[in-house]
Amino acid sequence: MGILEAVLLTIITAATPLLLAAIGELVTERSGVLNLGVEGMMIIGAIAGFAFAQMTGNPYLGTLAGAILGALFSLFFGFLVLTLVTNQYATGLALTILGLGLSGLWGEAYIGVPGIKLQPVAIPLLSEIPFFGPLFFKQDILFYISIGLVCAVSYFLFRTNAGLKLRAVGDNHHSAHALGVNVIAVRYMAVMFGGACAGLAGAHLSLVYTPQWVENMSAGRGWIALALVVFASWRPYRVLSGAYLFGAVGIAQLHAQALGIGIPSQFLSALPYIATVVVLVLISRNRRLTLINTPATLGKGFVPDR
Amino acid sequence: MRIELQRRDAPSRRMSLLSPLIALALTMLTGCIIFLVLGVDPIAGIYAFFVEPLTETWSLHELAIKAAPLILIAIGLSICFRSSNWNIGAEGQFITGAIAGSAIPILMPEASGAWVLPAMLVLGMLGGAAWAAIPAFCKTRFNANEILTSLMLVYVAQLFLDWLVRGPWRNPEGFNFPESRTFSAGQILPEILDSGRTHYGAVFAVVLAVILWLSLTKTVKGFEIRVIGQARRAGAFAGFDANRLTIFAFLLSGALAGLAGISEVSGAIQQLRPSISPGYGFTAIIVAFLGRLNPLGIIVAGTVLALTYLGSEAAQIMLGISDKIGRVFQGLLLFYVLSCDTLIHYRIRFAAIDRRPSKEIA
Repeated sequence: MGILEAVLLTIITAATPLLLAAIGELVTERSGVLNLGVEGMMIIGAIAGFAFAQMTGNPYLGTLAGAILGALFSLFFGFLVLTLVTNQYATGLALTILGLGLSGLWGEAYIGVPGIKLQPVAIPLLSEIPFFGPLFFKQDILFYISIGLVCAVSYFLFRTNAGLKLRAVGDNHHSAHALGVNVIAVRYMAVMFGGACAGLAGAHLSLVYTPQWVENMSAGRGWIALALVVFASWRPYRVLSGAYLFGAVGIAQLHAQALGIGIPSQFLSALPYIATVVVLVLISRNRRLTLINTPATLGKGFVPDR
Repeated sequence: MRIELQRRDAPSRRMSLLSPLIALALTMLTGCIIFLVLGVDPIAGIYAFFVEPLTETWSLHELAIKAAPLILIAIGLSICFRSSNWNIGAEGQFITGAIAGSAIPILMPEASGAWVLPAMLVLGMLGGAAWAAIPAFCKTRFNANEILTSLMLVYVAQLFLDWLVRGPWRNPEGFNFPESRTFSAGQILPEILDSGRTHYGAVFAVVLAVILWLSLTKTVKGFEIRVIGQARRAGAFAGFDANRLTIFAFLLSGALAGLAGISEVSGAIQQLRPSISPGYGFTAIIVAFLGRLNPLGIIVAGTVLALTYLGSEAAQIMLGISDKIGRVFQGLLLFYVLSCDTLIHYRIRFAAIDRRPSKEIA
């Protein structure tokens, strides 16, 4: 395996959790709900994935548990912002704080326990292709899911009736309600989808990226995923390129640290966070473009008038 | 059964006083369930968590030491949140404040005299305000989401502090531990009582909270903050500049977080370490909401949240359960506070799902 191939492989591994979390949040935000709890749902997925893999000895069941618990956990947020119409910013923060706390409590028993890695699945024939084969067709199942989800979400949002309804809810909940769309039900489903995706992203961290449990192991990736959605101006395929760009920044700093170039490691570790700020500034600069792309009811509560 | 919300004609005054108390009660109730799940007697758990830290003099001092930074940060955040500026990077501003203020004792260890402490405090405030100015500038100039930028800068600040105490600011006589030199007498915030460790940070917190409360309720600036937060367009017609208010709110909350940072380092820790805050900047968000964004309420709320820090330590020692339980309680509390706030603006009705009462259109 060449050095380029090795680097590209690590980029894919770093990008996959970002992609999974961001594509889920994209659907949530398209329905008009801003869930700042991605970090919390992700860390719940990470500990759930790790714990269930340990209990059952099967990392696939762990992955499934990560998705399910992520979705269930997002229901806390959903109930508050959708049924009780609480402030979405504050409630999302609460979800993150609670997720970090619960995962720490649950994970205490698993600190230092050797993890179970989700092994790559080689696709017959395709994985034999030189260079591209090992990169794209000999990956863990979560990589395939992440790519599949991007295509599926894009198709769903722009080619199906249900997707049109979801976007309508996100752009004008009063009109959607008047047309007979159940705004709250659509949003509940979008929130849970986002939760499941964030859970998968977390499971990727504790079963693929670094197969072990470390407290706060999401390390701000949930927040970077939120920034990715803005960066992608709420378009699925742009999330794909954004996630790989951010994955590359994360990996570049790791390689720079390994090479021991004269920059202190802390500065290199700060790169992904600084890059996020810079990208946000660049992308948001054009106010009109942002206004066109942002779902119009993003972050606004809805109380159906009966 | 379904839950329906009916908007109240006017916000309920009774509920706005009751809602934080209901939230506290619900948190304790949920806490009992968690203790049961963990196999701990819930009465003993609640006692260890919420009562035990209040029974001894030294622990009351610890309570004041922990409440001070929470209150200082939260009163600043209340100005931000009231004006719809979502500064959630106070943790980073706390750290940069601590770094800036510590520059004097670390770079000039011989410095002494009456000017040293005030200079440290001013530098601390400037450090916090400078860090907060970045997301404010990115928001007003480039329209960049302040939630994400302010949060990203927390990680950057943490890494910067880590670099300082392992690199250039490491104590030369410290056997290679990642710590700065310890501050000397004139560089340490004095204690206010003979009976314990409570330092002047607690005084700053209470005095500034009262000052801020007075200015919010009695000055035009306070009115401007409330108007822009509730109705941006109406504020614009009144000639209030939302961008200038954003900068003002961020600088003020950054300065207060920075003051909290330098007070903590100078008063309680007395040196710089890789980690100087047990998440004060994030917990202060809960404090701000539990205090209903009112500086006086925040004094009470800060004390309650400080109790969760001490309580989780006490529970760990007395009952052998993880101190992570404190974070769980904090998250639950914020959830309940937000839910109960719904009661202020809405009546909640439980209606049968199939027989929805039809309402005449007014």
